[in-house]
Amino acid sequence: MEKTSFRQRFKTYVSHLPHPGYFRAGLVITAIVLFVIIVGIFYMPYGPTELSPDRLQDPSLLHLMGTDKMGRDVFSRVMYGSRVTLLVAMGTMIIGAGCGILIGALTGFYGGALDEVVMRIMDALFAFPNVLLALVLVSLFGSGTFRVMWALGIAFIPSFARVVRSEYIRCKHMDYVKNARLQGVGNLRVIFVHILPNVKGVLLSNLLIGFNNAVLAEAGLSFLGIGSQPPYASLGQMIAEGQEVFFRVPSCVLGPGIVIVLMVLGFSLMGEGIRTASGTLEE
Amino acid sequence: MDRKEEVILEVNHLTIEFHDHDTPERVVDDVNFVLHKQEILGIVGESGSGKSMSALAIAGLLKRHALSLSGEILFDGTDLLTCDRERLRSYQGDEISMIFQEPMTSLNPLQRIGHQMEECLRIHHKEMTKKERYDRAIRTMTAVGLDDAEKLYRMYPHELSGGMRQRVMIGAATIARPKILIADEPTTALDVTIQAQIIALLRKVNVKRETAILFISHDLSLVRQLCHKVIVMQKGRIVESGITEEVFEHPEQPYTQALIEAIPKVEL
Repeated sequence: MEKTSFRQRFKTYVSHLPHPGYFRAGLVITAIVLFVIIVGIFYMPYGPTELSPDRLQDPSLLHLMGTDKMGRDVFSRVMYGSRVTLLVAMGTMIIGAGCGILIGALTGFYGGALDEVVMRIMDALFAFPNVLLALVLVSLFGSGTFRVMWALGIAFIPSFARVVRSEYIRCKHMDYVKNARLQGVGNLRVIFVHILPNVKGVLLSNLLIGFNNAVLAEAGLSFLGIGSQPPYASLGQMIAEGQEVFFRVPSCVLGPGIVIVLMVLGFSLMGEGIRTASGTLEE
Repeated sequence: MDRKEEVILEVNHLTIEFHDHDTPERVVDDVNFVLHKQEILGIVGESGSGKSMSALAIAGLLKRHALSLSGEILFDGTDLLTCDRERLRSYQGDEISMIFQEPMTSLNPLQRIGHQMEECLRIHHKEMTKKERYDRAIRTMTAVGLDDAEKLYRMYPHELSGGMRQRVMIGAATIARPKILIADEPTTALDVTIQAQIIALLRKVNVKRETAILFISHDLSLVRQLCHKVIVMQKGRIVESGITEEVFEHPEQPYTQALIEAIPKVEL
């Protein structure tokens, strides 16, 4: 069989999804948001903390989303803030999914007492809403961008651990796993080389959905004043500051709000496109 | 038959009991047999007669808790029931391998055929280079009757038919040249023409590779075609055993007679 390029394979993959439209729309929206964020790394029209005498301006060509009550350019702050939100969400996913996969894989595969004990702890964590749990952790360990990332990451572990565990319980009795053990393959290799790839369909859609929740949770936390501290921008905090002047300059709130919506919408659509496909992926 | 009468597997007083109910349930009761080098031994019996459980015990696949195993399974002087896991693992795949009934599910859906063929070598023969493994896989695939091996090497299981997958399984199970191949109803899920091909392939593996085969089946006509010796099991016990032809010509036990009478005959 001739080797096909990644581009080609990606195209066939997308066109075989049950709803390629969802996935494509999500991809476009995410691409736009990412483009704005990446441009923001190299160029922003104004500094995100740069003050100016032009306060509370309506959107214009000079200030695409107007200025806030301290005269800072909202668009530049959105560029900066969405970068922070994206990084926190990614970090949350790496911590949450990483630990979740590890815990889910080991408990699901080995079962027994380990499974019972660890999963009851997970259930206890799961009983708290994510944001609330993160709030507790932040109040224990203090606020700040990185701490919020850790707190959210820990709060997200149970949801991944559960999904991965149930997949491992399903897979470990499959004949191909039996077959692998028969060939003398050690447990760890069975867990991570033989079974893990078979879990990736479910995992991928969970990652995308989890990512959304992480974006929302980060925005929620920074709205409450936890997370990256003023004067540095973060989307939730901008909304919190903007609500005082909402009726004079609505773009102070709408700007960051729309970016949050776009981020979540893009990943949701992509997740939706993949989720319905993960069932067919295993055929 | 000029086989060397060298014993490679000896099963003595094998008893398996489940303890997950109030009363222990004995599924294999005092089973004894020997497997000689390059011999094909058939185990027949109805469902639940303990034939698959015995096979799993020999392959070392039974979990060591939730059930009690007694007796011994001697391979190469080692008791597979009591030896440590490392030792057992070093035999699995390399000296003793097994194929299952359902070729559709025994291959990992997300690994390429070639990768799965080589897994045994990757585990047991770490000294082999990638190139050597590849060559060996291609040669084995050709030997088990898979044409166009280079192309198949890069394919996934879902692209193959049931018969081809079972050939892949046999290939993967024999790539490390095991001394014993346990075939647990390898043809049950296949249609009749493919069955005949797989039986022919097993016979070829037996003759060319000098692999002893433990052939488990409830299809007596297949057992009669393939096996040198046969064991008849009922309710966990061996009720009759001997040279295949003798057992089929002069069955002593009523159970064996009933099994043989159950073979459908073509009457015109």
